Amino acid sequence: MDLIYEGFAKAVALLAALDREVLDITWLSLKVSGTATLLSLVFGITSGTALALANFPGKRLVVSAVNTGMGLPPVVVGLFVTIFLWRNGPFGSLDILYTPTAMIIAQAVIATPIVCGITVASIQNLPPNLRLQILALGATRPQMVWLLIREARLPLLAGVMAGFGGVISEVGASIMVGGNIKGYTRVLTTATVMETSKGNFDVAIALSLILLLLCFAINYLLTRIQQRERPR
Amino acid sequence: MNDAPNFLEVEQLTVARGGVPVIDIPRLSLAEGEVLSLIGPNGSGKSTLMLTLATLLPPTGGRIRCRGEAIDSDRARFAYRRRLAMVFQEPLLFDTTVFENVAAGLKIRRMTRGEIRSRVMETLELFSMAGFAERSASKLSGGESQRTSLARAFAIRPEMILLDEPFAALDAPTRLALTTDLERILTETGTAAIVATHDQLEALRLSTRMAVINRGAIVQGGTPAEVMNRPANEFVASFVGMENVLTGTVLACSQSVATVSLGGHAIELVGQAEPGESVIFCLRPENIAISTTDPAGVTSARNVIRAVVRKVIPMGIYNKIEIDCGFPLVAYLTSQSIDHLHLDPGKTVYASFKATAVHLLRRD
Amino acid sequence: MKLFSSLVITLATVAALVTAGTLPAFAAGKSIILATTTSTQDSGLLDYLIPVFEKETGYFVKTIAVGSGQAIAMGEKGEADVLLVHSPEAEAKFMKTGSGMERRLVMHNDFVLVGPAKDPARVKGSHTTVEALKKIAHSGALFVSRGDNSGTHAKEKGLWKGAGINQAGQKWYQETGLGMGQTLSVAAEKHGYTLTDRATYLALKKTLGLQILLEGDAKLLNIYHVIEINPAKWPKVNAAGGKAFADFMVSRKGQGMIGKFGVEKFGAPLFFPDAGKKPESLGL
Repeated sequence: MDLIYEGFAKAVALLAALDREVLDITWLSLKVSGTATLLSLVFGITSGTALALANFPGKRLVVSAVNTGMGLPPVVVGLFVTIFLWRNGPFGSLDILYTPTAMIIAQAVIATPIVCGITVASIQNLPPNLRLQILALGATRPQMVWLLIREARLPLLAGVMAGFGGVISEVGASIMVGGNIKGYTRVLTTATVMETSKGNFDVAIALSLILLLLCFAINYLLTRIQQRERPR
Repeated sequence: MNDAPNFLEVEQLTVARGGVPVIDIPRLSLAEGEVLSLIGPNGSGKSTLMLTLATLLPPTGGRIRCRGEAIDSDRARFAYRRRLAMVFQEPLLFDTTVFENVAAGLKIRRMTRGEIRSRVMETLELFSMAGFAERSASKLSGGESQRTSLARAFAIRPEMILLDEPFAALDAPTRLALTTDLERILTETGTAAIVATHDQLEALRLSTRMAVINRGAIVQGGTPAEVMNRPANEFVASFVGMENVLTGTVLACSQSVATVSLGGHAIELVGQAEPGESVIFCLRPENIAISTTDPAGVTSARNVIRAVVRKVIPMGIYNKIEIDCGFPLVAYLTSQSIDHLHLDPGKTVYASFKATAVHLLRRD
Repeated sequence: MKLFSSLVITLATVAALVTAGTLPAFAAGKSIILATTTSTQDSGLLDYLIPVFEKETGYFVKTIAVGSGQAIAMGEKGEADVLLVHSPEAEAKFMKTGSGMERRLVMHNDFVLVGPAKDPARVKGSHTTVEALKKIAHSGALFVSRGDNSGTHAKEKGLWKGAGINQAGQKWYQETGLGMGQTLSVAAEKHGYTLTDRATYLALKKTLGLQILLEGDAKLLNIYHVIEINPAKWPKVNAAGGKAFADFMVSRKGQGMIGKFGVEKFGAPLFFPDAGKKPESLGL
């Protein structure tokens, strides 16, 4: 009980003092997961839209594969990204293992299937004739795709939330490809794991609180946009 | 006939789905500014044909020409699609304001903001929707939604508009109001149009020419009067409300008036047939007059038949009355007439109709 | 609609900025990958030494804190430039493969056997490790092992073997697969015994409620070596950086810092500098 109380007290103190290291860790978490989410939006929305609009044999199989990918275990992604980025691995010459860039790549790999799957579902949920109606309005194919994505924007925002929430809170891949290097690749989750194993539960609790707060703030923001977007 | 090519010409158009032919149209045309209605029951291929005409569905064979030019390349299809607009049964509005919806086609064409604003407001005015510009499309009623959808189509000033069952999902009064407005706007703008509908009355109001489609083929084309009064076959006859389709044997024929024997009566009709032939003929219920006294000598109708009332079926603004003349016949009467004549089942009445009201469908 | 577009634009801008800000990593050749054990990180020693080293040399050290087993495996694949590990037998094997260049003694601390204050196996008062382990095995009291192939785990397995006890698979023997700090927490929660390095134990002592029941046996020494990876075998290795770090660890300055680390906080040093000594002189 004391531990919990002390933990919270210390957490509040750390937050109140705007501890430099804690701030850096928080900022890095945001940068890495934010960038990864954006990359996953680019790849996920593009591939998801293409998949939703295309018709080819085996489409169901691909969609099932994407849906399975939505639950890709971060440690598996971490392992494979590590293997690929090893100095003596296929992409070793990039020399990016144990850098924030590697973490962004791993997190983007985790989030892309989530965004892609949600994109496929939201585009397929639009009325089937909408695509034809847009073309009948004289749209080019790119214009048609853009209008469809815009129509699906509210469920897509849910995809953004799911993607960001998934990567900012994952630890397995980040610790494997980032290495939890102080001041360089240490993010909220990896720092929490380390502080816990060091026995610094107070710091660990403080970091978890920040993580929770961050997730809440981002989701609150996106929910607000979603509600503002839903016209009166 | 002038020399300018029609806006739209279709030749040998076929569409197959999964190897099964669903559309087979040897010839169909639409003149500049002409309004053609395409009528047929659900599943007759109307929507498929409309999508094919809009080049949103690739045909299996045949060709479409617009003002004489074949629409046979991607570039030609795109250019052609920019000249037309299409409205579906569902409004298919974007989840934004009415203004933005009506502006959609203009934005696609990259018009300037000023042009868009004036064009949108002008078009909304045309559809009595000006007050709704900033409303959210998701909060509109069915009728308002379809008005917005129509405005979106008309805003791009299409040279041809394809309307696929535009009012089928609306209630009767809304449909009536929209049909009236659409009729006026089509006339005012001189836009060529093809209206697919299963409602013959809608077709009558909107179009100058009708084509009846069944199982992917056009079974009859012509003016509304031609189609309504002189259907080409039993299918068209029943679809356009020719409820009395009868079969009899020709007794005599002179000066294009044939006398046909049916149920012990001799019925005179306008048409050419050989004595002894079996013929199928039809008669619109609204063209039959019912009286309780023998109108012989009072009426100019060539046919007067004594009959017994079997059943009176209320149909809203009129009543359908089934009578037995030795053969069954259906007539329409107002409720007032029914009350006035005391037309209860079992009552003896006289049915009279002109020889010109009877249409000879087919000779066997 | 406008909001949506502006959101897209904002996000794209942020992405561009963030990526630009993140990517300028450290110039090749200026960063060193140090594969080491969790105990050096969890005790705080590296956080204390590395900034000094970095300031002095301009190198940037990427510390990957894993078990000794994994650290050595990284060395075997040329994925690290320098190792700081404490698993002498595995290290010796590693040197034979030719993956390592130079292996130098850096420091030692010692392992201690800790357990609950109640001491159900009556370990306290034992004179040797063998005696203590036999008591635990015979009483069937819970023993919590790292089970993660780390240096500590290797040490512990060696001790069981030396005592002639087959601990693996026994009901009273549980493996966590976790780092030292977390394994200590598990032992504390379950009132079990465990083998730990003194540094980590001291760092966590206040939260644990575990007591030292055996210490001082020569067999419990925990010896750290620094190993440079052989660039002849792995051309991508930053040999100069690895050597600089190894040199720093055995330098007068490095050794002095190691000897002082922890004195202020715990009243006693956590590690004892040994550079230049022969392992035999430590009583092995």
